[in-house]
Amino acid sequence: MKVLVCMSVVPDTTTKITFTNNDTTFNTQGVQFIMNPYDELALTKALDIAEPVGGAVTIIHVGTADAEPAIRKALSMGATDAVRINAAPTDAQFVAEQIAAYAQDKAFDFIMTGRESIDYNGGAVCGLLGALLGIPSINVITQLSVTDKTAHLERDIDGGRETLTCSLPFVASAQKDLCEPRIPNMRGIMAARTKPLQAVEPIASANHAVYSRFELPQPKQGVRMISADNPEELLHLLRNEAKVI
Amino acid sequence: MSVIVFAETRDQQYKKSTLEAVSYGKEIAQKTGGKVIAVSMGNASDPSLLGNYGADEVITLHSDTFSAFSPEIYAAAFADICKNLGGKTIIISNTYSGKSMAGRVAVLLQAALATNVVDYPDTTSGFRIKRGVFSGKAFAYVDLQSETKVLAITPNSVEIKTYGTTAAVSAHQPAALPASATRIESTQTVSGKVPLTEAEIVVSAGRGMKGPENWHMVEELANSLGAATACSKPVSDMHWRPHSEHVGQTGITIKPNLYIAIGISGAIQHLAGVSSSKVIVVINKDAEAPFFKAADYGIVGDALEVLPKLIQAAKTATAG
Repeated sequence: MKVLVCMSVVPDTTTKITFTNNDTTFNTQGVQFIMNPYDELALTKALDIAEPVGGAVTIIHVGTADAEPAIRKALSMGATDAVRINAAPTDAQFVAEQIAAYAQDKAFDFIMTGRESIDYNGGAVCGLLGALLGIPSINVITQLSVTDKTAHLERDIDGGRETLTCSLPFVASAQKDLCEPRIPNMRGIMAARTKPLQAVEPIASANHAVYSRFELPQPKQGVRMISADNPEELLHLLRNEAKVI
Repeated sequence: MSVIVFAETRDQQYKKSTLEAVSYGKEIAQKTGGKVIAVSMGNASDPSLLGNYGADEVITLHSDTFSAFSPEIYAAAFADICKNLGGKTIIISNTYSGKSMAGRVAVLLQAALATNVVDYPDTTSGFRIKRGVFSGKAFAYVDLQSETKVLAITPNSVEIKTYGTTAAVSAHQPAALPASATRIESTQTVSGKVPLTEAEIVVSAGRGMKGPENWHMVEELANSLGAATACSKPVSDMHWRPHSEHVGQTGITIKPNLYIAIGISGAIQHLAGVSSSKVIVVINKDAEAPFFKAADYGIVGDALEVLPKLIQAAKTATAG
């Protein structure tokens, strides 16, 4: 069994987001970068399925060499090898096209992504990959098992959950409930140092979108405190001042 | 130059987010010219009503395969009709199902894709959209450069506008569809409950509730306000509440009109997921809780003491 897991590298969840160059560039000063939390779930589930049958799990990342420490972490969790497409990604479509070009002739049994990256929140790569490779895409899955070329999945739908089956190959995106992320152990960390991490040059790709400027949310005007003994006043303000109920 | 809107339904009714998407499409058509055509797949009970929200035409597509939602089948049929109609701007709701087909539609139409769109585009020169990034901590302005564009609009981002008109409805047969590799075995939906991402009011609670046995109060308050319920990350990690209710950076990002946070201190990861809410009420026993800085209204008090009084007040207020 061969599985491909897509990973992105994102600012740590505690990061205070700021921008430089007239709000055109994300300020990476002092920012700790980590493996995208949803991708950790995608990788953990891929490993849980591939390891018992002696399968291989390949990590793929589209980005510059700065990401290599995070890729090593993915290898220390148990991935077999890693590929880095050597390009600074411009948007989700660029990333998906690079991954599709790599995966095209490799006959992966299935491909995993995270539900979304916690920096650009596109949630788009799973569907884009599915269409580019001509395979089914199943978003926000909360359960996955594979038996005899058939996958059994559960996915979140608007206002509920759905149980489904799918033939291989397919691409799916990991949602919170899928599993607990695996923590690398010392043996994994040692082994990761010598695992193959190959850099591959990107293919030419159309640039559909250009990020021109960023903006921080408007700060609040200041909080209006209400006595705990007078919740009626809160309801009154919500109805007559804020007009939200 | 038509604007095509994917008209998502639930239980054969158009969702609120669908009406927002149609109004959004109308707003674009008024700037760029062209018609707004809503495409309704499956059996909606009254397609013509979309005219009131800005659709010039409604096309209904019927196929037995549409009874189960498969992103590849829906995207193939929808992209095909977009091509036939010459649609250049394609509007889809940024819901789970909308998002799962948006990428596929973009590939099939060789279009630019923008998900998480939170405002109308600026079309003064080019086509610049605004989308949420960094899990609610920031916004980005993005220039879409392809002739065809697929936009997924975040629910509760734009107002629903009404035009007092009805739309002409025509039924179409979809082109030959591929067989789906997926099969739906069962579907569990929570009926009668507002989905969290689409709710206008959300009542959310954290560790200040002391334990899952006290959650009936959160639900009671939510019911009296017609709200959805949510929770903080520690609460879902301790399994007091399901993960599907966890809002925050690694949970769901929401933007309701009113967010009431009870017994949640307001860590940066939690604020990320809710800071786009129009009005935030914070109830916390710690007057120094960071959440008060992000709030519009605040009450300092123990959740378990304030809630019964608040429920009573909410029941009185909503009854009147």
